[in-house]
Amino acid sequence: MVEAGRSPNIEILTNSDLLSIKGKPGSFKAKIVQRPRYIIAEDCTACGLCTTYCPRHQEDEYNENLNITRPIHIDYPQAVPATYYIDPRSCLSLTHDTCQICVPVCQSKAIDFSQKPEEKTLEVGAVIMSPGFGRISEETLAKYSYGKHADVVTSIEFERLLNPSGPFAGEVRCLSDNRHPHKIAFIQCVGSRDIGCGNGYCSSVCCMYAIKEAMVAKEHDPEAEITVYYMDIRTQGKDFDAAQKRALDKGIKFVRAKVADVMPWGDHLRLTYSTLDGNHSFKPYDMVVLSVGLESPPDAQKLADMGGFKLNKYDFCATDTFTPLATSKDGILVAGAFNGPMDIPESVTQSSGAAGIASGLIKKQRGKSLIHKTYPDEKKMGDEVRIGVFVCHCGINIGSVVDVPDVSTYAGDMEGVVYYTESMYSCSQDAQEVLKDKIKEHDLNRVVIAACSPRTHEPLFQETLKDAGLNRSLFEMVNIRDQCSWVHATEPDAATDKSKDLVRMAVAKARHIQPLPEQTVPVNKTGIVVGGGIAGMTAALNLADQGFNCSLIEKQDSLGGNYKKLVHTKKLIDQVKKHKLVSVYTNSGLQQTSGFVGNFSSIISSGKGTKAKEVTLDHGVIIIATGANEHRPETVLGNTIKYSKNIVTQSELAEQLEGKGKSRAPKSVVMIQCAGSRGDDLNYCSKTCCTTAVENALTIKKINPDSQVIMLYRDIRTYGYAEDLYQEAREKGVLFIPYEMDNKPSIAEKGSKLTVSFFDPILQDDITMNPQMVALSVGMVPEETDTLSKLLKVPVTADKFFMEAHVKLRPVELPVDGVYVCGLAHSPKPVNEIIAQAQAASAKAAMPLVKGYVTVDPIVSNVDKETCIGCKLCTSLCPYQAIRMVKDENNRPKAETIVASCKACGICASHCPTFAISMGGFTNQQINSQIEAFGRDIKEKETETA
Amino acid sequence: MAKAKKSREGTVMVLGGGIAGVQAALDLTDLGYYVYLVEKSPAIGGVMAQLDKTFPTNDCSL
Repeated sequence: MVEAGRSPNIEILTNSDLLSIKGKPGSFKAKIVQRPRYIIAEDCTACGLCTTYCPRHQEDEYNENLNITRPIHIDYPQAVPATYYIDPRSCLSLTHDTCQICVPVCQSKAIDFSQKPEEKTLEVGAVIMSPGFGRISEETLAKYSYGKHADVVTSIEFERLLNPSGPFAGEVRCLSDNRHPHKIAFIQCVGSRDIGCGNGYCSSVCCMYAIKEAMVAKEHDPEAEITVYYMDIRTQGKDFDAAQKRALDKGIKFVRAKVADVMPWGDHLRLTYSTLDGNHSFKPYDMVVLSVGLESPPDAQKLADMGGFKLNKYDFCATDTFTPLATSKDGILVAGAFNGPMDIPESVTQSSGAAGIASGLIKKQRGKSLIHKTYPDEKKMGDEVRIGVFVCHCGINIGSVVDVPDVSTYAGDMEGVVYYTESMYSCSQDAQEVLKDKIKEHDLNRVVIAACSPRTHEPLFQETLKDAGLNRSLFEMVNIRDQCSWVHATEPDAATDKSKDLVRMAVAKARHIQPLPEQTVPVNKTGIVVGGGIAGMTAALNLADQGFNCSLIEKQDSLGGNYKKLVHTKKLIDQVKKHKLVSVYTNSGLQQTSGFVGNFSSIISSGKGTKAKEVTLDHGVIIIATGANEHRPETVLGNTIKYSKNIVTQSELAEQLEGKGKSRAPKSVVMIQCAGSRGDDLNYCSKTCCTTAVENALTIKKINPDSQVIMLYRDIRTYGYAEDLYQEAREKGVLFIPYEMDNKPSIAEKGSKLTVSFFDPILQDDITMNPQMVALSVGMVPEETDTLSKLLKVPVTADKFFMEAHVKLRPVELPVDGVYVCGLAHSPKPVNEIIAQAQAASAKAAMPLVKGYVTVDPIVSNVDKETCIGCKLCTSLCPYQAIRMVKDENNRPKAETIVASCKACGICASHCPTFAISMGGFTNQQINSQIEAFGRDIKEKETETA
Repeated sequence: MAKAKKSREGTVMVLGGGIAGVQAALDLTDLGYYVYLVEKSPAIGGVMAQLDKTFPTNDCSL
């Protein structure tokens, strides 16, 4: 978010509504109207004084109306843009033409009641729709006494209750009487899987967020008794089952039941539910959390009409399985929950994918409007240390606790300090100008700023240094807000002393800091994709469509992978073969890869027998799309399995059903879900088997409505729109019977006679039957991830799928820069998700190629070859494979940092036995001087007291 | 904040400033395009900004 706020190439237009879009790919005209904020964004310093003086109250929407704020406010301190706004619905000036207290209060004169709505026309080459999702109607929630009893809350309200910035500062309290709830119930599928409210689909995310919220609530109060009432636990995502297991281990209860109602019951709530055996029970709770689903956004139809694209029957954006990110209108793409309910990693993946497609559509326009910032030349460093210290009040945030003038004067006495000052808001726009002027006026060559967190503000100040002709490394930041005024809010003297300590240490370090060069490494603008299935082909085509050469490496003698038979796959193969920028290598495999992002070199073995040869390819990026195979377990739920024409996997059944004649559909079939998955043989859920099985069941019913289809399952995971198929299958007479892991079904085969026995929880009886066929939903296993993982030095999960750099925010990048993953090699998933992920991986892979060079953070590690003894400890410890061994002129092994891969974590430097490694900006000398500066004061104090 | 140059080519509009929109905007700039990020509320971030910790890293969502 902050990154978006800071980018010179993103113009954020808040308070804005779309009025119309017209045009075609390459040239759209979008009209928007920007509603007034009544505050001049450039002048607002976000000091908060206006809110303090505003006399009017209003509900705080950011906190789900659980507490109050004022009409003039900011939602939360880190909001982007960090500018206050006035809510015209409640402001006295805007509703009753009176008050305006805020106007004289504002020191920077940022309030402007004369602002009017402003229309703008944007000329753009492509459009991405990401309006998010809507809320489930209160009418649906009212069934569970929501609105009637304060302690029935939605999951998003509960999220705010858990949050430290929430209404009770992170304490979970009942809204009725402020007590801490001891018994909490979660009700799943509220507003989802509910044709009563028109939402037949599954919202896909609620099971997982309920588990997370329950676990966080348990952290807040380990004694809390938490029960989750569910129909099916749908934790089909990567490593999600493991999260549910952790929840179970923490004592969170899961009850498979339908909740009939929630009623006030004295001080409590009474929850009535019915279990599968037909029994009704009720239990008292202090708080009931409704796991609300995701609805289409309220303005979906309006957007669709303006954009000229279609919605599906649930009013989400309509997309096709094979073009999951394209709306029905050319040049308008879709990403995130507007494309159907999905979680954060999925949304992030879709966004990258959509950005990549847009980039391909208008590649001829690339870079034409991009703003490249330029900086003055860096000035030469003299020998004299000239430090400037700037201490920030942050309005009252620091200034009301820490004696800022005292700290500032204290700094003035220190060695090397030639200028010191205090400022009200050192981050404000005008303060940057002051900083620049003072650097010039006093010829400063090092800057220390004592203010807030470097995490959020260091880049801003470094930018200003660069503008003033100083290297950005000549900067030290002291956090006297978080570490002094916040944590010692009640002890102003101690907070002031600590501020002085921290400033003294920073100045001591600053005396030793040196300019560090900004390094760049050029990039080879080609990519390779390993794996020629749907994922690999989609990724290769996308990369090529964006204008980059790409080699596609496939192990088999033809492309297509698991989905060879799909019409779409055949089309893809054709496109790949025709594309000028894609070179296909079949019967090929990756043998060796060396190098780093932008500069990889790989050896490919290509061809069979006498035609076999080795090819060396130089490339800038690599995408892994090696896929997965059907898992064929020899035992299923404790039964030894001999696959035959009567005991088949779901994919074999699907193949059989493709034929002709009524007899291809078995007269009776028992389908067994999670055969080998979810703890039986494989630990994880294979995500696609439930939907595939339901599809097969429906096909059987279509061919022969009299066929008997029974599905034994643990949780039916037909998430998203696939829930419609599940609903249809039940209507068509497919029987769904759950089994538990402590009472597993048994399968026996005698001659051609099959016997399946299981416990039916509805009839509460053991059932034995003799179906014509048993179909096993066997799940999938990743292919050869071990070899590739070693070759590319990228990690795999315990389940042998490739492990992404960050589950939520970097779902297609691997921890080694320049290496990306998509498709089944990442985790099991259906075709539409595979394609979206492949599009995302190719978009990410295109980034270094577009840029043409890799920038290296100057704080990377540096090995002093003289001191290095070549022990290789650092190379074995480096988590990013950023240190390699080279030979020096005397042929002795020496470590060397690959600067393009180094993340400056410092592990190597802290472990080096001979102190041969130093980190830019964190040298031993600098750190020692900081420690000495800290100790010096203690010594002085000791002397004083003695 | 600097405004777009006179050239209108090579720009993309992203409608909606939640996690999806922000990610799309950032990626587009990395792919060489200027982005208009249009958001109906006074700040970007969407629902993600309201979330407490996120699974599984417990990272703050901001």
